Amino acid sequence: MATAAAHQTARAEADGTADEAARTAAYEAVFDAAVAADERIEPRDWMPDAYRSTLVRQIAQHAHSEIIGMQPEANWITRAPSLRRKAILMAKVQDEAGHGLYLYSAAETLGTSRDELLDKLHHGRQKYSSIFNYPTLTWADVGAIGWLVDGAAITNQVPLCRCSYGPYARAMVRICKEESFHQRQGYELLLALSRGTPEQHEMAQDAVNRWWWPSLMMFGPPDDESAHSAQSMAWKIKRHSNDELRQRFVDICVPQAESLGLRLPDPELRWNEERGHHDFGAIDWTEFWEVLKGNGPCNEQRMAQRRQAHEEGAWVREAAAAYAGKQATGASGAGRASGAYGASGADGASETDEQADQPTGKARA
Amino acid sequence: MTVTAGSAAALALGDDALVLSHRLGEWAGKAPVLEEDVALANIALDLLGQARVLLSMAGDEDELAYLREERAFRNLQLVEQPNGDFAHTIARQLYFSTYQRLLYAELAAGDGEFAPLAAKAVKEVAYHQDHAEHWTLRLGDGTAESHERMRRACEALWRYTGEMFQPVEGVDVDWPALQGRWLASVSAVLRRATLDTPEVPRSGAWSAGAGRQGLHTEPFGRMLAEMQHLHRSHPGASW
Repeated sequence: MATAAAHQTARAEADGTADEAARTAAYEAVFDAAVAADERIEPRDWMPDAYRSTLVRQIAQHAHSEIIGMQPEANWITRAPSLRRKAILMAKVQDEAGHGLYLYSAAETLGTSRDELLDKLHHGRQKYSSIFNYPTLTWADVGAIGWLVDGAAITNQVPLCRCSYGPYARAMVRICKEESFHQRQGYELLLALSRGTPEQHEMAQDAVNRWWWPSLMMFGPPDDESAHSAQSMAWKIKRHSNDELRQRFVDICVPQAESLGLRLPDPELRWNEERGHHDFGAIDWTEFWEVLKGNGPCNEQRMAQRRQAHEEGAWVREAAAAYAGKQATGASGAGRASGAYGASGADGASETDEQADQPTGKARA
Repeated sequence: MTVTAGSAAALALGDDALVLSHRLGEWAGKAPVLEEDVALANIALDLLGQARVLLSMAGDEDELAYLREERAFRNLQLVEQPNGDFAHTIARQLYFSTYQRLLYAELAAGDGEFAPLAAKAVKEVAYHQDHAEHWTLRLGDGTAESHERMRRACEALWRYTGEMFQPVEGVDVDWPALQGRWLASVSAVLRRATLDTPEVPRSGAWSAGAGRQGLHTEPFGRMLAEMQHLHRSHPGASW
């Protein structure tokens, strides 16, 4: 904090106050001043309970979106039509898992845990972005997700790099760099299709037709129906309203669609000279709320796969925990190897014993 | 396409990497923990990178990957085996990454046409082996259930290990010595993991080196059908 000394003084004064309410009020004043001064709130700083819980909800939802978002794209890894595209797609899905990891870590600084958050996801008590409840039906969908879905995500997330909560803002800086790379790759994939054979062009157009409106819904409900917006903006968690960001996204996409040689599926889309923006047609909010309630095309499938991966992985996590416990207490198999189990192996244990004592794998992601 | 000894060897090594990469790609979004989603994708990507270099040495990478029939693939049967549970995937990784590391270390030390690729790849493969060894220890020496699953996986895949040491024409290594080092390394890990090691690598298929001759197991055709479908549906298209 730039004025950390001042805050410390203020806090010390507050600590000296016997009255609980007065102390909270003093803390709150320090917090409000920090937010007003565009300073970052850090994990050990005092923060209002509602600020903490709003952030946990938002960061968790963001993390869940990254890991559920692996599914629609992973759906095409095994069918990618060239080795180059396959490598790009694998790297992207890997990045998403990495983003999930950053975000769960950011959420954990607020006093929750990844296990707890996953548990809430698996029981439907926390959400993920509704966009991932749409199916990837053709290869072109991988491009449409990159261009439109990642494009919308970036429009939403770039302002979060200035979010008032430090750990979240810093995670977003890293994530946005990778996301904009993915977005360019998606655009380039669609461009190759658009300029390819007539069948490929049609595949690209069909994907854009199906992903355009759901992408616009990613910005959330209209401003007058957005429950958390006002408070989040006051706290500088959000910097712009849903409708502002949506408009910005439309304005960015129109010229990109033109250079792709693809149409955006909205007959009302046109430049408005007066506003200096594109006007666009009405969003089907009934569909949005239905998908949000769990009635989208893939809600059940996505959750079922997530739960299945978690449940089927339980024995692996238990094994890792048990092994770590044995290592900690010196009761691991290495010590017992000459006993019941280890009698039949060929010689040569000595040369890898040392390797096995090294810490686990490199953290390369 | 004329197949020289060099390009036959590039196909054999390239197909191993291509096919195993594909299998690992099937894990995306399904791993037991998020860290493993990252790790398995990481390994898959390394292998795909190796495959692209090797296949390009033999011809056009996409033509070779997408337009050959099952009988023309030269990969080991081991790498085409379905993922099974996490223990099966780890056992497959342990067997193959140990083999690949020893093989590439030897190729990297030589001056053959594979030396430059091997020199780069051996660093990646060392990570793969490290990853597989540590999971073998955790699963083998974890809980009773994980021990039993790992035991079954090691046993089930052992029948595909003999094929790794059938000499590949154009790959200049001491194959019997490679087998000896492989066995020493793998059995040491298995012992630490409280698992039994069978005596010698074995070929359960009806002919040793079957995969290298284009004789594969049944799941492989299905894997190729999925992998090649889109590419084959648009002849001549570029992506």
